[in-house]
Amino acid sequence: MSNVTIENLDIRLSGVSIISQLNLSVQSGEFLVLLGPSGCGKSTLLHSIAGLIDVSDGRLEIGGTDVTWADPKDRGIGMVFQSYALYPTMTVEKNLSFGPRIAGVAKAEIARRVERAASMLHLTELLGRKPAQLSGGQRQRVAIGRALVREAGVFLFDEPLSNLDAKLRSELRRELKQLHQQLGATMIYVTHDQVEAMTLATRIAVMKAGQIQQIDTPAAVYARPVNMFVAGFLGAPSMNFIEGRIECVNGAAHFVSPTLLLDVSSYPFANPPQNNLPSVLGVRPEHITLAPPGTDRAGHATVSLVEPMGANQVVWLDAQGVSLAVDADAQFVAPPDRKIAFAIAPAQVSLFDLQSQMRL
Amino acid sequence: MSASAIKAPNRRSARPRFSPARLGVYALLVSAAVFFLLPLYVMVTTSLKPMDEIRLGQLFAFPLHPTFAPWIEAWSTACTGLECRGIQVGFWNSVKIAVPSTIASIFLGALNGYALSFWRVKWAAPLFGVLMFGAFVPYQVMMYPLVRTLATVGLFGTLPGIVLIHTVFGMPVMTLLFRNYYASVPVELFKAARIDGGGFWRIFLQLMLPMSLPIIAVAVIMQMTNIWNDFLLGLVFAGRENLPMTVQLNNVINTTTGERLYNVNMASTILTSLLPLTVYLISGRWFVRGIAAGAVKG
Amino acid sequence: MARPKAARRPRAAAAQIALLPMALTVLGVYIGTVLWSIRISFSSSRIFPKNDFVGLAQYERLFQTERWIVSLNHIVIFGVLFIAACLVLGFVLAVFLDQRVRGENALRTAFLYPYAMSFVATGLVWQWMLNPGLGIQAAVRNLGFPDFQFDWIVSQDMVIYTLVIAAVWQASGLVMAVLLAALRGVDESLWNAARIDGVPRWRYYLSVVLPQLGPAFGTAFVLLAVGVVKVYDVVVAMTQGGPGNASEVPAKFIMDNLFTRANVGLASAASTVMLLTVLALLLPWWYGRSVQARRAAHA
Repeated sequence: MSNVTIENLDIRLSGVSIISQLNLSVQSGEFLVLLGPSGCGKSTLLHSIAGLIDVSDGRLEIGGTDVTWADPKDRGIGMVFQSYALYPTMTVEKNLSFGPRIAGVAKAEIARRVERAASMLHLTELLGRKPAQLSGGQRQRVAIGRALVREAGVFLFDEPLSNLDAKLRSELRRELKQLHQQLGATMIYVTHDQVEAMTLATRIAVMKAGQIQQIDTPAAVYARPVNMFVAGFLGAPSMNFIEGRIECVNGAAHFVSPTLLLDVSSYPFANPPQNNLPSVLGVRPEHITLAPPGTDRAGHATVSLVEPMGANQVVWLDAQGVSLAVDADAQFVAPPDRKIAFAIAPAQVSLFDLQSQMRL
Repeated sequence: MSASAIKAPNRRSARPRFSPARLGVYALLVSAAVFFLLPLYVMVTTSLKPMDEIRLGQLFAFPLHPTFAPWIEAWSTACTGLECRGIQVGFWNSVKIAVPSTIASIFLGALNGYALSFWRVKWAAPLFGVLMFGAFVPYQVMMYPLVRTLATVGLFGTLPGIVLIHTVFGMPVMTLLFRNYYASVPVELFKAARIDGGGFWRIFLQLMLPMSLPIIAVAVIMQMTNIWNDFLLGLVFAGRENLPMTVQLNNVINTTTGERLYNVNMASTILTSLLPLTVYLISGRWFVRGIAAGAVKG
Repeated sequence: MARPKAARRPRAAAAQIALLPMALTVLGVYIGTVLWSIRISFSSSRIFPKNDFVGLAQYERLFQTERWIVSLNHIVIFGVLFIAACLVLGFVLAVFLDQRVRGENALRTAFLYPYAMSFVATGLVWQWMLNPGLGIQAAVRNLGFPDFQFDWIVSQDMVIYTLVIAAVWQASGLVMAVLLAALRGVDESLWNAARIDGVPRWRYYLSVVLPQLGPAFGTAFVLLAVGVVKVYDVVVAMTQGGPGNASEVPAKFIMDNLFTRANVGLASAASTVMLLTVLALLLPWWYGRSVQARRAAHA
């Protein structure tokens, strides 16, 4: 398996700069997810790693070899497209062997590789079928099989699950994760779906406007987002944001807002905060606890809406004009317009500078 | 992972814009364009040359003394058989034939397509199948019986007769066109109209037809072009007073005695092709849509 | 959008009345005249139809008429060359236009405009261009090649090829339009997948794209083939079937015998043969299409 190193990458399309000065290092065997909204450049980045788009400047290495200007076929990559892009008039066997046949690989070797890929991916009985006769999961495996047969060092995925319905999507997601565990291959995966990112990735790179905002394990990106964009992108329902200020008095720091007052002295600030710094408190719905009104808690609010989810419920609160989502136990009774108290554990919050939106 | 999977990269910088392959593509396309445009060029230049220039035998030369005289002659004094009133006679005949035929064939096609798509008529499906087959039947097979029938009812060689013929022969393609179009209209629209109390004709005239403007545009282009360019049906059924422009054109060129006036011939050809070419140039994409809808000429 | 099954659609007397023109057309024109023609072909009609029955006599006569046999030869030669040239040229043009070239619209307009012209106009223009004394032959000779020969249009052996040239000029644009539309329907990411597989562009078109164009080629072939059987206008305009009978075609044979030579029985026999040929061309295509549709419905 290969690692991938990207240095100072610039990509300009039709005069518009899509990616600028991007640096990325993908370890061998890891599952890296490029996550971001439409237009953030993640697909462009993936296609440039594949060699389908030319870079304007920078350096790209795969497995230690400089492939910045190499043809796609010489990069040791395999790619799975959103539509899987299987050759519709060829059987599965021909689909898998097409690349090596073009490259002039010996027939015996081709047969060996095809057989190996087919058995790994449970495609052996399907070798004679055409893509139209395959299910979505089988097609995905054939697309991956193509990369296996080419003995690729890096597998690239361009939103392969976006076209599918929810049930099939979660099924194929699990298959993919299993495959990764089985093959130990280096995989770079592009998606806008944060659930896919969280469940599949060993590391997530959150992208916005051609820049990587944060790259870390799913748990780290979830618990310690580096800015408000990342914080709001991951998690559903997304993180609650409350504006206020930080008051530093006698070495103790408090977050002060009309909605609530919270002691954040134990918060791991990167730098000591200024007094009265306008800031935003971010807290995930599952980190807010509800209690009957009158209890001594951090804040009080009125229930505005409840969304039962079966195992739990999402309770939407109106706290002095600020809307908060709370992930509560299904048993908790919270009818609309009921006054309620809520508490926030200081250890679970994220604090952001209001102006820069960066984590404090 | 085998080391052979990553080959040494080609030492090239950014892909060159004008590779030999790309130049080859343009070369072929331009040569093809020349092949296709050459007759047009020859047609136009010949029509603008005086006869002594044409006799020089320089087919591709630009006219030295361009003149519109051949055009005027073609339009107003060329001999189309017994008369020498020019091809304008054919022009107006073609208009008189094409306009009613287009309207009638489109109306019937739309009506058929609508009835077939939304209503239940037991005997309609097999007949529609035969109608589709009918689009491919050569005219010659049906020619003699049609001549006899029209003669019996006194419509042979008359304007209503040729309009009827064009309407009948346009029915397969027009019906197919509209049926396919109405198949893509959500049936809920029709159901809502019925709930609102609409009957067969009201839904057709007040809902479906107004909604069909895009496909009507395609149909108009197809029918106007095909009917205007028709030769065989006009020759047989139109009658001497109503001969369309294509028939007159053939008469001008192939049945004159004496010296052939090639510039007048070419001018006549251009004049005859002017309407369909204009329709084509203006409609562009719609024309192609008509082809994609399975239109076939002749 | 699925059509409601026929059984669930409403009934109305108005619908039946509205479809009467279609019914009359199909029964009266398409079925009626064809049957009538076939009936005549079994009679000894000359100028006027006779009600007798002479079996296959007209057909025997037909296949002993030299002009008819000659026209069949010509139509086969013309048909094969015309269809092959149109399919190849149309495909090449479509592929090259698909390469995201600049001026695609202008080029497409140039390739397709001949189809907007009548067959008569096409025949006349090419007749003029191929005129030995004043057309291409003369022009090239005047350019300094005194031995250049291009008098095909007056040569008994070569005139059929002039018809092919004119017809290909007119119709390849149509084939190109049909194939280009089909090309645009090919999944774009297939080319990316092919690039990663290391497939060169020409091989991609040959092995991946071409097989997918089967139905489009089928449609184009049928359109062209039916046009071949019916070809009349361009022959009348360009060569009048000459020199002599060297460019005689079945459609013209039939028309001449129906009207000028008043041989209605013979002409009807010939048109029946023409009809059977069209049927023979269409049935395999229709069968293939309905099998495909059935397969898609069950998939």
